[in-house]
Order: sequence, then structure tokens, then C-alpha cells
Amino acid sequence: MDIQDIIKPENLVYDKPRLMNDNPMHYCPGCSHGVVHKLIAEIIDEMGMEESSVGIAPVGCAVFAYNYIDIDWQEAAHGRAPAIATAVKRLNPDKLVFTYQGDGDLAAIGTAETIHACNRGENIAIIFINNGIYGMTGGQMAPTTLEGMVTATCPYGRNVELYGYPLKISDLVAKLDGTCYVTRQSVHTAAAIKKTKKAIRQAFENSMAKKGTSLVEVVSTCNSGWKMSPEKANTWMEENMFAKYPMGDLKNE
Amino acid sequence: MAKIQGAVVVNKERCKGCNLCVVACPADVLALQAKEVNNKGYHYAYMENPEKCIGCASCGYVCPDGCIAVYKTKL
Amino acid sequence: MAEEVKLMKGNEAIAHAAIRYGADGYFGYPITPQSEIMETLMEEKPWETTGMVVLQAESELAAINMVYGGAGCGKAVMTSSSSPGVSLKQEGISYMAGAELPALIVNVMRGGPGLGTIQPSQADYFQTVKGGGHGDYRLITLAPASVQEMADFVTLGFDLAFKYRNPSMILADGIIGQMMEKVVLPPFRPRLTEEEIRAARPWATLGKRADRKPNIITSLELDPARMEENNIRFQAKYAEIEKHEVRYEEIDCEDADYLIVAFGSMARICQKAQELAAAEGIKLGLLRPITLWPFPYEAISHYADKVKGVISIELNAGQMVEDVRLAVNGRVKVEHFGRLGGIVPTPDEVLCAIKEKLM
Repeated sequence: MDIQDIIKPENLVYDKPRLMNDNPMHYCPGCSHGVVHKLIAEIIDEMGMEESSVGIAPVGCAVFAYNYIDIDWQEAAHGRAPAIATAVKRLNPDKLVFTYQGDGDLAAIGTAETIHACNRGENIAIIFINNGIYGMTGGQMAPTTLEGMVTATCPYGRNVELYGYPLKISDLVAKLDGTCYVTRQSVHTAAAIKKTKKAIRQAFENSMAKKGTSLVEVVSTCNSGWKMSPEKANTWMEENMFAKYPMGDLKNE
Repeated sequence: MAKIQGAVVVNKERCKGCNLCVVACPADVLALQAKEVNNKGYHYAYMENPEKCIGCASCGYVCPDGCIAVYKTKL
Repeated sequence: MAEEVKLMKGNEAIAHAAIRYGADGYFGYPITPQSEIMETLMEEKPWETTGMVVLQAESELAAINMVYGGAGCGKAVMTSSSSPGVSLKQEGISYMAGAELPALIVNVMRGGPGLGTIQPSQADYFQTVKGGGHGDYRLITLAPASVQEMADFVTLGFDLAFKYRNPSMILADGIIGQMMEKVVLPPFRPRLTEEEIRAARPWATLGKRADRKPNIITSLELDPARMEENNIRFQAKYAEIEKHEVRYEEIDCEDADYLIVAFGSMARICQKAQELAAAEGIKLGLLRPITLWPFPYEAISHYADKVKGVISIELNAGQMVEDVRLAVNGRVKVEHFGRLGGIVPTPDEVLCAIKEKLM
């Protein structure tokens, strides 16, 4: 049988999500962001929420998330996405409102906004990409940078005596009464991606069911910032990041 | 037992040659072009061994750029 | 039906006027001397009547970004604070100017710099009309001189903000915020429905329907050519505002020998000084800018050739006087008098200063 005979609409089992447009993404080759973007686009489509979703984009590599998923978006100041999402959701309780933030945005400059939105139990979903580094500005130390990990601003490795410890912010927000679901996932294999999709779907459904704040941490790679090939970055993540940021639910109520 | 035959279509101009689909493929179907590049200069992914494809879509799931469509049929 | 006259503080009038305007949301953080605004809203519970959301945020930063979020949905949203808190809000204000978001921000000024004092001041003039945050932007700035104007400028501030898709600020001082006075509140207006907002503000992020492209609220544009276009559009908008929205009040200016320029509470003290001067046969005119931006340059310029001297009287070390000098452009002497650190001068003191500096 010729391959061309298989390529027919009725045989299609996987494609780029309908809500992801054709704009070429600015992310580096192999970047985890694209995979998470696809999941969000798929879930919004599957939930039938295209016409009532508002995404809040961060400052960081995902600042242009709004260029790729065809829903309404607001672009936040650095770290302030949870505050913006708070108002969007409170003023529009029937909308699906989520933030998409990196580790610098969510766990450094925006720590207060993150903690307080979670503590108020805002009915929003927070998608948290943790790759342990500032990607957009060129690979500087993040709050989540691992001990000993080399970055542009800790070129001899993160020394915890000087810079403190990797911040496990998901563990922190899991302790807050306002959160209903806090989970840590990854997107480095097809199996992991399927689990992350379930997690984001649950977070979105929680927000619509007004159960409180859900946070999905996606432990991710930044192969450019880590100065590795995408493949090597996945292995390095499994061997190093997962030890500090173990996979699984931290809270599911 | 019916044999499953899959097929992968790569949007080659969208592909950045990150190689993650090649690594994810359990059937050794995909490879990056050794010499040929797309308009952005990337060695894009293609089906090197199309007959081996089982249509599992692992390549599609892991593709960060949404370049991959996967088809599957029973022969 | 006779209008109902009430007695209340300026801060309380802001809160009542916001509910009656049909505001959708208030997001704030307590700071003296303006905390009564949020306290009054919490007391009134508008979420049970009009559906207005009132939320105490964890910081001024969060509050202004909540306003950004609400404004991005096309909602009528506001915040209030006092000087140190407004400094914290500058980031959000700049982003809102850049994203062309309408909203109302109230600054009930206190003395600075730094933590300063909780006593009244007008030292945030520069911050408000000359920038404050980063980038080339302008804030529509309304300076109330009475509790009535505190109430009226809520409506005016929101209306101008929506007309031009730009943040508006009510720049009051602690005196106007804390003072109790008679006020007639505006009538109740219903809040707009989602469909009304979608029709009136098609840029609002309320969910992308099939009939339009996604709405993106952002101040980011990395392509310098397009960023320049954005800036040119902003400047054209600011020019329109300067052309159409200048507001000021003149008291006995036409045959005055000397002109006082003063805004807010200071203008009221100057009115008393005018009376004292009149009793001595000195003819003082008072020009009170109501919009600090756009500034009434032409109105002041008009008197530059008619009076013997101009004085800007402010609760600061000399800020608005720079705009007065621009208006006068060297044609007549321009002086400044002010008290600092929360001290408010008496009418006598004002008159003495005018005599000393201009006569």
C-alpha cells in the first residue's frame, strides 16, 4: 500500500490543534513551551470554551503565547498575571481564565501575586513552566535553578549559601487553603504529555466548577539556556530536575 | 491479525529540526534530513522508514512546533 | 423631584459616585488619607445591588494590575491610593497607557518624598502630568476642589477614559479627601451588560467569537516600525484630548492686576485670599485648572499680557509653576509660593506671599 493512500482525513489520528494558528512559534527548537501550548489549545477546543476563554500571558519566553492560540488574551506586566486573572475571573465568573507563567515570572517577581491569588482561592488555573532558568533574557539564575547549576549569573554554579535554595513554590501553594489542585508534571515523552493534558484539563474544569485555584507545574527544559541538545536536555531534566521537583499530585481535593 | 500501517506528514517549513520526534518514535521511522534544509535552514524531520510506522503519534505529541500530522489505517 | 443633598467626606463621595456610575469593579489597598473609599464600598456592599466587585488586594501593584485585567475586559474599573501607593502603581499605569486601557485611578495626595507624612500635599503634580511611569504617555488628570467635584469627576473621569481609551486620574489631596461637605450624588446608572460592552468596546477580551479575530490586550510590540506607529497614534490621541478636554475655572480674572493659578484645595484657600485682597483694594484673579493635563496653557497665556504678575500657589516646592511659566513664556513675572511637608498656608499667608513676591 502506498503511503499516500493512508494520508486521508478519515485516517487522521493526530494533528496540530485547531486553535493553534499557523504563526511560526518564536521558541527555540525543542522548547517545551510549544507542547504545553498545544495541550491548552486542544483542551479549550475539547471543552467547547473557545468563545469564553481569556488567557493571561507572562513576561518571559511565553510573552508571545497570544500569537499562537486563537483565543482572547491579555499580556501582563512581569509577575502580575495572577492579579490580572483575578479581576478577569471575578468580573466574568463564567469565563475560563488561566495564566501561563514561567519560573521567574511566577516564583520570583510575581511571588506575592501567585501566593495571594492562590490563597484567595481565585477560580483560575495557573500553568507554571519551571525550567530552572530565565530563558528569554539569556539564561540567568531563576528562583528554581538547582543547586550547583550553572547559569549566566551564577557561572560557577548556584551556591545556596549565596543565593538561597531552589524554590519549591508548588509545595508552598499546596499548603494554602485556597488551592484545590496542585500537581507537577512534565512533557518530555508522549506518556508524560498525556498525563499533563489530563492535569490541565482538570485544572480548567476546577476553575469552571469554582473549586478554587489550580496550579499545574510543568517541569520543563530550556535546552538553549542549559546549553544542551533538546534530547540531552530531556535526559538531564529526568536525572536532575525530577530529583528536586518530583512528579505527581501535591494536592487534589 | 490485521497489520497497522501509519504515516507521518511533517510540515517541513514549520519544523525546526529539534530531533525530539526522532527520539520519541518507537519504530525507528523518522530521521532528520542529513543535507536538505527548509527555508529557515533547519534539517527537517521526514519518514526515513515509512513502512515501519505504526501510527502511534508519539512524534506528534512531542513535537513542540505542531509540525506533525499522523495517519493510521488497518491493512 | 428635588435633588437629595447629603453631607459626606470627599473620599466617601468617590465611593458612592462609583457605585452610582455603574462601575464594575474597585481594587485597592489601604493607605491614609484615602482608606474611606474602600471602606465605604465595603460598607455599601454594591455586589449585592449593582453587582460591582470590590476587592482588597495584597498590594498596590496587585490592585493596579487587577484594574488592568478588568479594563482589558472593557469593564468600568477603578482603584484609589495615596502618594506612596500611587508610586507603586506607576508600572501598571504605564502598561495601561501602552495597552490603551480606560480606567479611573484616584490619588488622594499626601506629603513626600518617601513615606513622608499623612498630611495633605500636592507634590505628585509632576508624577501625574509629566509621566510617573516609563514611556511617552499622558494621564487625563482631574483636580477636584470640592466634595461635589470628587463625586462629579468619577463620572467625568470614567467617561473621558472610555472616550479616549486612556487611564484617567482624579488628583485630589488629603484636604479634599477628608473634608466633609454638601454633595448631590449622581443618579444611579445600570452597569453595562456583556453584550453592551461587546458592542461598545469591540476590543474587550470577553472571549473570541467566530465573527472576529482574537482580541489581544498588550503594550508589547518588538517591531520598532510598528511601535513607532503605536506611539504616533498615542500622540495623536493626546493632541485630540489637549484640543477638546481642557477645563478650568476663572474667578474675577477679567479686570485683575495679578493672577493666581492654583488647583484643588489650594484654590479654595486662594479664593479667601482674593477676598482679603479685595478688602485692601488689590485686584487678584484666580485661575483654577480643573484638568491638570491637558493643562490650560491658552487660558493662562490670555492673561499674561493683561496682568502685572502671575503666581502659582501649590502645596509643593514649585511644580505646576513650570507649566504656568510655559504658558506665560516670559511675558510677565511668574512666581511660586508653597508650603511643604503637609503644612497648609492660611489665606493671610498667601496674600502676604503675593505682596512680597509680585508687588
